[in-house]
Amino acid sequence: MASASTEDGDTSADTTSVSLRPRPIRYISPAALNLHRVYEQNRQRLQKKDGAKVPDPMAPQTKGKPRLLLMGQRRSGKSSISSVVFHKLPPSETLFLESTARIQKDSLNSFMEFQVWDFPGQIDIFDNPNVTFDMDAIFGEIGALIWVIDAQDDYLEAVCRLNSTILHLQRSYPHINIEVFIHKVDGLSDDYRLDIQRDVTIRIQDELSDQGIENAPVNFHLTSIYNHSIFEAFSKVIQKLIPRLGQLEAMLTNLCRTCRFEKAYLFDVNTKIYIATDSTPEDMASYEICSDYVDVIIDFTEVYGSWPRTQQWRDRLEGEPWAQPLEDQVACEWAESGMVLADARRPIMLREVDRFLALVAIMKEGSYEKMPQINMNVDVVVKGLTEFFEITKPKEMLGRPGTSAAVDDGRVVSPGLVRG
Amino acid sequence: MSGMETTGTPSSVAPGTAADSAGAAAQHAQLKKVKKQKVLLMGKSGSGKSSMRSIIFSNYLARDTRRLGATIDIDLSHVKFLGNLTLNLWDCGGQEAFMENYLSQQRAYVFSNVGVLIYVFDIESRDVERDLATYVNIISALVQYSREAKVFVLIHKMDLVQPITREDVFDHRAALVRRKTAEAVAIMHKAKPELLLPQQPQQQSQQLSPAAPDLDIDLQLFATSIWDQSLYKAWASIIHDLVPNLAVIETQLASLGVAIDADEILLFERTSFLVVSRWTSREGDRNPYGDRFERMSNILKSWKHTCSKYTGTPRNAEQFSDFEYKMGSTFSMFATKFTTNTYILVCMPPGEARFNSAKLNVAAARPWFKFLDGPVVAGTALPGTGTTAAAGGGSTGGMGSSQMLVGTPGYGGEPGVGQPDS
Repeated sequence: MASASTEDGDTSADTTSVSLRPRPIRYISPAALNLHRVYEQNRQRLQKKDGAKVPDPMAPQTKGKPRLLLMGQRRSGKSSISSVVFHKLPPSETLFLESTARIQKDSLNSFMEFQVWDFPGQIDIFDNPNVTFDMDAIFGEIGALIWVIDAQDDYLEAVCRLNSTILHLQRSYPHINIEVFIHKVDGLSDDYRLDIQRDVTIRIQDELSDQGIENAPVNFHLTSIYNHSIFEAFSKVIQKLIPRLGQLEAMLTNLCRTCRFEKAYLFDVNTKIYIATDSTPEDMASYEICSDYVDVIIDFTEVYGSWPRTQQWRDRLEGEPWAQPLEDQVACEWAESGMVLADARRPIMLREVDRFLALVAIMKEGSYEKMPQINMNVDVVVKGLTEFFEITKPKEMLGRPGTSAAVDDGRVVSPGLVRG
Repeated sequence: MSGMETTGTPSSVAPGTAADSAGAAAQHAQLKKVKKQKVLLMGKSGSGKSSMRSIIFSNYLARDTRRLGATIDIDLSHVKFLGNLTLNLWDCGGQEAFMENYLSQQRAYVFSNVGVLIYVFDIESRDVERDLATYVNIISALVQYSREAKVFVLIHKMDLVQPITREDVFDHRAALVRRKTAEAVAIMHKAKPELLLPQQPQQQSQQLSPAAPDLDIDLQLFATSIWDQSLYKAWASIIHDLVPNLAVIETQLASLGVAIDADEILLFERTSFLVVSRWTSREGDRNPYGDRFERMSNILKSWKHTCSKYTGTPRNAEQFSDFEYKMGSTFSMFATKFTTNTYILVCMPPGEARFNSAKLNVAAARPWFKFLDGPVVAGTALPGTGTTAAAGGGSTGGMGSSQMLVGTPGYGGEPGVGQPDS
């Protein structure tokens, strides 16, 4: 979905891209080449599926970024979610947020560029006599629609509106992922949570099958901003937007096997969303500890790493006993860290992949002694990941260097995407 | 390195030297004197006294303190700190009835031999006048029975004040409290000079000059909130003054810092993660984050909570033993379990070799700080340390002079051949 949305949608450009593709990636490894080929195939397939769609009328600066739409009834907690997840607002302070009056568009420059649109809850965009919304502009290149339901309130009306929204969307945009966040579950007992989830699921599926729609892409998440569940739910949503997620997961699984990791996550550092993990079963506890570890590292970095040192200090360190530039004295130019938990001496490790991403893993007991070897393995994987993102992200630059459209696209899209 | 050997630590004391043993004896005396400190925690009911105590000493999370009930009468607890200091923490219930009781029937019992009084003001309180009146009464009683007590006033629940106005509100309240304290002391002097005389003979000279009473009481004010690190700042400075052998810790930490070429060293107490002592190099002093010490306490403590949730071990248990972080060519740091009761955090300049040798050297320096681990070593100080010194001195000496500056070639960067588990 994400990949398709970044295209212009005319097939002629595609054929040229196929013919020109090998040129700029001449020097990359066979594996990378294969990866690129698979990616390209996938993109074309998606292209065909959405081919009938009209090219969207969006302004160029918002074009090409997958979009997350946050919708739901008023006071269901949409703005709180987006400010907690994307702006690091402490959950307790979301009490003071103003009611959202117009569509709030946030552009996030992260490992992949995407936009979050926060909708005002009181307006029903499908059924409003005063204003007509441009449906194509809103849903044309959407990544996912997140519908927020307040579980602590009477949710029947919310479910009703959700149903009508899904029905509207199913007609013209059948591929939109619909993610339902059953929100504010922190105050509810476990049994009650599951009851609500079951109830909402049944209501929606019944309605849809009554309308003759089977297998609509609707997913459910139980969320709360007072714990990690909201981040986990967002991780699941974002993962659906990542092209070739399987490859990423395979890489991590492989790393876990060779290095005896219990669990590995690839984190987006700014939002603490994980964009991939290995194939072992999901487990909330290890996600929590890994994401808190990212927090610890960020805090330390801010306190000790964010201010410039004097030249004298540098001169002294590069001076006699070492006689090497500082850059050569370190083993790795990116941040790397490890911590040994006291119980069973279980280590956790973190390694920065690039400006936005970090690899965090929990290791098996007693593997701290093998740290140097593990570091080497991690290095290889990190290199692989970097390559992966180079191939999947700036495809306009890789794919169509000859056409004039590519030059335009390159100018618009590249600055954020190319790794800093 | 050589500077370190002569700092007069128990480990390096030569038993024969007169000057050294005299210094150690003084140290020993000081140790005995401050061994059990009576700490009064007072304030109006609902101002957050027990919450603070639970967060600092019992590893509660801020949000868990909502479950605490009202303290009835006085809740006595003995908090062990660093092995050789026991705090006798008197958490006093804050209802009017209890307060009356403290000031009347139990007056002598509560207010005698107080080392530290911590008085908590709720910033949200409606009846400021009345709070201050109670405070004045408490101070009077304290002046009467424990002349030398230190007073810490915490203006608490600052999180409820708008961030922009926080500083003004605090300054205003602080000025008010200072004035009231001075008044209370002055009144005490006028009303019952005879009470003060037997306890403090040298008081006579001060009585002659009218301005003297204002300077009498050792008062420090802090703005605190359980929701941020300000709580750690206040308690770190409360604890800081109580720690015995502080001078020794500081000099030793400084020489360790110089020897391993660190930028900053922080020494934390094990369970509370309060900063016991710290040393900063000239370069490290340029760090713009002045609040970094309490921030570190806060970060590490909340990390501890995460760990205990993950591992399922109790919150007071030890949660991590080793931590290292190298941020490319900007800086590197490690935190590690140091002595039984402390953690040490060392911030270093970048460089693998430097980092690894610093780690080894910190491990080697452990015996120098053995005295932090409890009354056993400290009590038997002089005769006992002969043996530990031999063991410790041997290893540190070997490590020190020959290898310290050169650094062992970094094993972190050593080329190991992939796949440890194939």
